[in-house]
Amino acid sequence: MNLSFLFSQFMGGLTAAMFLFLIASGLSLIFGVLRVLNFAHGSFYMLGAYMAWQVVHSLQPTGATFWLAAIGAAVGVAILGGIVERLLFRYLYGREELYQLLFTYALVLILGDAAKWTWGTQQLSVSRPAILNGGFEVFDTVVPYYNLFIILIGPTIALSVWLMLTRTSLGRMVRAAALDREMLDALGANVGWLYTGMFMLSAALAGLAGALVTPIQSIVPGMDVEIIVQAFIVVVIGGLGSFWGTFWGSVLYGQVLSFGILIFPGFSLFSVFALMAVILIIRPWGLFGRPIR
Amino acid sequence: MSALRTRFAGRIPWTLIVFLAALPVPWVGSRYDTFLATQIAIYALFALSLNLLLGLTGLVSFGHVAYFGIGAYVCGILMKTLGVPFIVAFPASGLGAGLFALVFGFFCVRLTKIYFAMLTLAFSQIVWAVCFKWNDVTGGDQGLPDVPFPDLHWMASLPGFGHFRIGEQFYFLTLVLVMLCVAALRRLSQSPFGRVLTTIRENPERAAFIGVNVRGYELAAFTAAGIFAGFSGALFGIFNRGVFADYVFWAKSADVMIMAILGGMNHFWGPAIGAAVLTILNQQITSITEYWPFFLGSILVILLFVFPGGILGALDAGWNRLVNRRHA
Amino acid sequence: MLEVAGLRKTFAGFVAVSDVSFTVETQQIAAVIGPNGAGKSTLFNLITGHLQPDSGTVTLDAKDITGVLPHQICRMGIGRSFQRTNIFPRLSVFENVQAAFLTHRGRGRDFWSRSETFYHADVEALLAQIGLLEHARSLAGTLSYGNQKQLELGLALASDPALLLLDEPTAGMSATETHDTIALIEKIAGERALTLLFTEHDMEVVFSIAQKIAVLHQGRLIADGAPQDVRNDPDVRRVYLGEH
Repeated sequence: MNLSFLFSQFMGGLTAAMFLFLIASGLSLIFGVLRVLNFAHGSFYMLGAYMAWQVVHSLQPTGATFWLAAIGAAVGVAILGGIVERLLFRYLYGREELYQLLFTYALVLILGDAAKWTWGTQQLSVSRPAILNGGFEVFDTVVPYYNLFIILIGPTIALSVWLMLTRTSLGRMVRAAALDREMLDALGANVGWLYTGMFMLSAALAGLAGALVTPIQSIVPGMDVEIIVQAFIVVVIGGLGSFWGTFWGSVLYGQVLSFGILIFPGFSLFSVFALMAVILIIRPWGLFGRPIR
Repeated sequence: MSALRTRFAGRIPWTLIVFLAALPVPWVGSRYDTFLATQIAIYALFALSLNLLLGLTGLVSFGHVAYFGIGAYVCGILMKTLGVPFIVAFPASGLGAGLFALVFGFFCVRLTKIYFAMLTLAFSQIVWAVCFKWNDVTGGDQGLPDVPFPDLHWMASLPGFGHFRIGEQFYFLTLVLVMLCVAALRRLSQSPFGRVLTTIRENPERAAFIGVNVRGYELAAFTAAGIFAGFSGALFGIFNRGVFADYVFWAKSADVMIMAILGGMNHFWGPAIGAAVLTILNQQITSITEYWPFFLGSILVILLFVFPGGILGALDAGWNRLVNRRHA
Repeated sequence: MLEVAGLRKTFAGFVAVSDVSFTVETQQIAAVIGPNGAGKSTLFNLITGHLQPDSGTVTLDAKDITGVLPHQICRMGIGRSFQRTNIFPRLSVFENVQAAFLTHRGRGRDFWSRSETFYHADVEALLAQIGLLEHARSLAGTLSYGNQKQLELGLALASDPALLLLDEPTAGMSATETHDTIALIEKIAGERALTLLFTEHDMEVVFSIAQKIAVLHQGRLIADGAPQDVRNDPDVRRVYLGEH
């Protein structure tokens, strides 16, 4: 155990954290507004990855292909999310939460198979954009530029969304809708489209994350389920509905995962669920959420 | 008359009727039919145990499979690794699952709604992680293959049973045990205890103010549900010729929940019907295509939007409409 | 019978109830009145254990019940109705009341008997007393608003309380309904020798049946006494000027 090793574990944890944050932020956003945990969020992530791959393989490889793919994935998934919300999901709003949860789970099943049918079960991958190839040396270890890019983009997006929520009138409406939908309706705001918009934004974040992960991880069926459980853990630790909570929850989770493997090599699986359980037992509103009882 | 009437009371001895109807399967059906019927019986018990929480008390648990799995592992370990006879291993499974349900449930019932659901999920995944990794005891990711059948040779000496092999013999054992459990669950649902649980489902705040210790009752229901899930798990471990960690994965909790809702969670027998329908559909569809999840998801969507009361709920509504039209 | 001393409750800087003290004598009919937001519901929630007071005590028959959990308070003989109708919607009217009897008489731990066989006579007697016998088989959620409020009264009564707290029992009712409800409450209070504490907006109702009135304003008790005295109290007149 030396500095170089610790540092590379730390950077690894941070990279994982930022990916997770990109995904979990959308989840947290939707929970904050709609009070629904969207199981299908992981599916949006997976579809974003597949769509990015599709774009990269359909276009002539140029320097900009990767970025086009990323944006295309985000937009594509957002549109899909919008369609799902407009045509189906919004009819469940008044109903019991269980029905909404189950609907998102049904989406996981349907979208998962749709992806399998379209792209098969082979592992796919996308190469790094040329501009971010290579890495730099520090503390006797190499940090890939791409990882650094991810580590920087996480907080950037976090800040942007946070500014949007707290400084713009749109953001104010979103927060108002989270507190009292009927009142907002009565005030003339078009709450329906607001919800659709938020759903699409959340899906876009997931899709973007999926696109950006492709150079680091292969695209496989099952990545939707794998990521959603981790996103749940992060959101619970940080605090359901708390935006910055999700951020710091991701950071914490990334490090726990990174270093947990050293302490309990076989039990990293166990440790993250144990962490989730402990938080729910002693502080269910998470590290940064508002106390509820 | 309203279609929403919760159907947990009744005078007809349905349990006995269902038992008698299910009994002849090995005589009239093929070996495959018996195999399917055994599976249905086990899942029916599992789904009915979940409905104690979901339909009766209004508790949405995402981690019910943990107790199914614990029951399976306890029975499997006792019977395979330690050579304990079934007659001891079976009750032990229920007890073991119930114990974990008691401990986990104690923490879970202090929370409500989504937090409750998340904690049940967290505990369930902890169980999964332990089963997946504890190679010495649970076999780790290899699991416990070749769990032995209980000794059922004595059954061959019963009149009419002589030609049956272990598969059919096990079906009879399963049917009897499942029906006993179902009878107990039915009794529980129709008892004053069950009535109190429905008040918690309808309005926990009001229930507290007619003198109900809500947390205490929820814990009791959680434990009872865990015990019966454990029984179904024990039977499944033997039926499946092995206990493996992926039985405890959370997706199975979703499957059993879908069974309960498909059949109708507002009716006692709903989950059993849902288990039967879903098991048969699964067998039929997976033999034609690999896209079973797509079908399952679509069925679920149709359920949620068109038939939220499930099969029995739809039948109930249809019956009421028929009756009202006759009286109109 | 009921004594409230120095009760105080703050919510994140907002003082909902501040240093409230009063007593209710056995078999007295007492009312707590005050403009909206005066803290009446908070006060009730403090008495029935739904909220923990920051300071102060609640005493029932010389026994300290401050902060005791709601289901235990119910067992001590306090019944309560809620401002927003609080019933069991998908149970029948009969089952609603029966459930209350089952719990009160300690039958909740019975896993074995059939619940439908219990307490038919008692349930029907209570339903008759509150005027809902003809609706016994209807689902509670399908009843009219007025009937639901009657059912709520029934649920509170099923626990055989000595003290009944009613939070805005005539809220949202027409003049006739209000009159009927109050007559019913008065009759039942007499038949069962109940002590009654209720909150109300309707001044006519309050002055017609209350023997003692406590007036809350912005969380503080500004008057407490017999109706005539309260009616003539200058502070009360000032607060209620224009409220009628």
